[in-house]
Amino acid sequence: MIRDITLGQYYQADSVIHRMDPRTKIVGTIAFIVSLFLIKNIIGYAAAAVFLAAVILISKVPFRYMVKGMKAVVFLLLITVVFNMFLTPGEVLVSFWKFRITKEGLRQAVFMALRLSFLIIGSSLMTLTTTPNNLTDGLEKLMKPLKILRVPVHEIAMIMSIALRFIPILLDETDKIMKAQLARGADFESGNLIKKAKSMVPILVPLFISAFRRANDLAMAMEARCYRGGEHRTKMKPLRYRGRDLTAYLTLAAFVAVIVMTRRIILPF
Amino acid sequence: MTMILDHVSHAYESGTAMQVMALDNISLVIPDGQFIGLIGHTGSGKSTLVQHLNGLLAPTSGNIYYDGRDIHDEDYPKKELRSKVGLVFQYPEHQLFEVDVFKDVCFGPKNLGLSQKEIELRAYEALKLVGIEDEYFYQSPFDLSGGQKRRVAIAGVLAMKPQVLILDEPTAGLDPKGRDEILKQIAALKAKTGITVILVSHSMEDVAEYVERLIVMNRGRVLYDDTPSAVFAHYEELEKIGLAAPQVTYVMNELAKAGFAVRTDVTTIEEACDEILRVVSSVPFE
Amino acid sequence: MMKAERLAFEYIRRDEEGNVEGITRAVDDVDFDIAKGEFIAILGHNGSGKSTLAKHMNAILYPTEGTIYVDGKNTADEQYLWDIRQNAGMVFQNPDNQIIGQIVEEDVGFGPENMGVPTKEIWERVNESLKAVGMYEYRKASPNKLSGGQKQRVSIAGVIAMHPQCIILDEPTAMLDPSGRKEVLRAVRALNDVEKITIILITHYMEEVIHADRVFVMDKGRIEMQGTPEEIFSEVERLKELRLDVPQVTLLAYELQKKGIPLPKGILTTEQLVREMTRLYG
Repeated sequence: MIRDITLGQYYQADSVIHRMDPRTKIVGTIAFIVSLFLIKNIIGYAAAAVFLAAVILISKVPFRYMVKGMKAVVFLLLITVVFNMFLTPGEVLVSFWKFRITKEGLRQAVFMALRLSFLIIGSSLMTLTTTPNNLTDGLEKLMKPLKILRVPVHEIAMIMSIALRFIPILLDETDKIMKAQLARGADFESGNLIKKAKSMVPILVPLFISAFRRANDLAMAMEARCYRGGEHRTKMKPLRYRGRDLTAYLTLAAFVAVIVMTRRIILPF
Repeated sequence: MTMILDHVSHAYESGTAMQVMALDNISLVIPDGQFIGLIGHTGSGKSTLVQHLNGLLAPTSGNIYYDGRDIHDEDYPKKELRSKVGLVFQYPEHQLFEVDVFKDVCFGPKNLGLSQKEIELRAYEALKLVGIEDEYFYQSPFDLSGGQKRRVAIAGVLAMKPQVLILDEPTAGLDPKGRDEILKQIAALKAKTGITVILVSHSMEDVAEYVERLIVMNRGRVLYDDTPSAVFAHYEELEKIGLAAPQVTYVMNELAKAGFAVRTDVTTIEEACDEILRVVSSVPFE
Repeated sequence: MMKAERLAFEYIRRDEEGNVEGITRAVDDVDFDIAKGEFIAILGHNGSGKSTLAKHMNAILYPTEGTIYVDGKNTADEQYLWDIRQNAGMVFQNPDNQIIGQIVEEDVGFGPENMGVPTKEIWERVNESLKAVGMYEYRKASPNKLSGGQKQRVSIAGVIAMHPQCIILDEPTAMLDPSGRKEVLRAVRALNDVEKITIILITHYMEEVIHADRVFVMDKGRIEMQGTPEEIFSEVERLKELRLDVPQVTLLAYELQKKGIPLPKGILTTEQLVREMTRLYG
């Protein structure tokens, strides 16, 4: 049940995107997201769609796999679309009872839906093609300047990578505890909100206890393997920019430039 | 209250390329009051099977009948089924959550909507059945020893007064004495209440001594379903699927190969001892 | 290699309000001397103090009294801390709670990374360690997709990659199924035979100790019995008193002896028993 969540989980494949330096991918994703907010008209979205499609193609991650991940956020997407559609004032196209759909609303809704889905696909593409460890390595390196401000960069990266490692384990565990309490006649579905919240106690207490036990064990295991923070540490997979990263940065710059240029085109709709 | 599994199959990720047949066309009859061992290595489907018995998982095809009714009929009361077919998961002590032992055991009967008096009566009885003394009743379950915690967790299921008790690896992680104690307790409980007990395990030594019927699973299918001694006669096949007969079975087979006229369908140390003595007493001592 | 002198560890028990309830002596006056390359098994029921003892062997816990030396270095001496942890690697019970990396090879590299080993050498160490436990072909896999036995072998590889002289395994098989137990034990024995790494195996599965050079049996924080597996397992009654067991063959031989069959003490394997029986009656 609960294990089916695939949003952003690493998908193993051999592609240029997979081999790229995580820093390139992080910077790229941020640039892509920012440029999404710069887009003013449909041509801009078309350009973004072409770019995204090309990257997906190169990444060798099946498109179906990505859509499967989208399922989790479809609801959120629908809400935004509906809100935008009905609540934007302007030239009325259709109206029934208390609702009015305006031209501006429709435009807004379509753009919003596109922007959100592009945003989600774009950022999940990063996590799909980068192992979480690689990702945290990249973040650690990118955030290194913050060390001067006494931000514990290494520790943050380590916490993230451990959290990512334990998410599937804890999900499994939740599943197991839930089943065990169901076998004792527990009911998680009926009743009002308060009753439902109360029925979570038999799941949450064991889950917390188990998480603490795991944390304790893990801390000991890390110490036993000579872990002492970021000092003296070497890297098994040190990050190094290569030719493909330069190509990627150049492509990215071109893409942003195109997006900025599309802002100047004025269309009748 | 017979339980019947009629051509039950269960596929994970069914309909996709990753489809895995966790259960593959299983038909079984589980009559009242049997003591059954269910054996198979990790991934053989035994855990999936037991979760079907109390309706936690539904078969992708086939039917399960309890007391003559299909448990996946829409109007079948699931909660009642779960009280009738008690399932104790692996490491059950990990589900304890209440502030004291007694309250935790009350959780099951409370979910059944019984009167407070009945709830407490059942909790008391269940704790006695697993041998937890009164002095522990108001302690936090987390302060108990590993073996005690496990027994409290088993009591939590027993308090629902199941007709069928399924225990998934009840001895995992315990020391030898702890293993013996739990198994003896279960056997005593079985003798006292007469309920059906299904013991899931991957230790042949554990089950050989107690059960009357042994079901061996491999790759989602029932490979053997017979008395322990008849199953262990296939010890070579068992080895091929990552299981092993009890060591005594090997001893008897090796002795037979070495020319001793011993029976080989022996499963416990007592039997083996008697059998060897019977054979050698007829041989004059040199 | 490792030596303990009058080692003791106490901790204070407190009730809910934090008042002192009493003092537990989890390790009590333990002496031992383990030579390089030995295979030591430590038996004991749950709560006998064997895990607490193990944690002293790589300076996770420090003795309240007495001293423990790893390769001649006192564990209480802070300047040797990292030497000791590198020299005496440790494998724990729960396979899920000791794997840090999300890819097998990255986990194995964690120890060497912490030690500051140069990148190129990390890769050499990771590859050879994974080969030593037979997990090389899984180097790119996610630990979550492995079986319990495989996960424990990865953990062992993670320790070997630190090039320790000694590995302490704290009930590494307690959560595994029989085939997983066999896998892990085979890997451990190979390390002892081939790489000559000193092994300290803590377990309560009797079948796992029959290959050890020496067995320590612990109870109430003390080493109650000490000897070869044959010597230990010939004392069936004593072991039962200590909440332990003997392998089924040993028990059968013991029962037969009681009934008057003149078998020698301490039979550990089926072959031994059949051989002895043939000698007597064949």
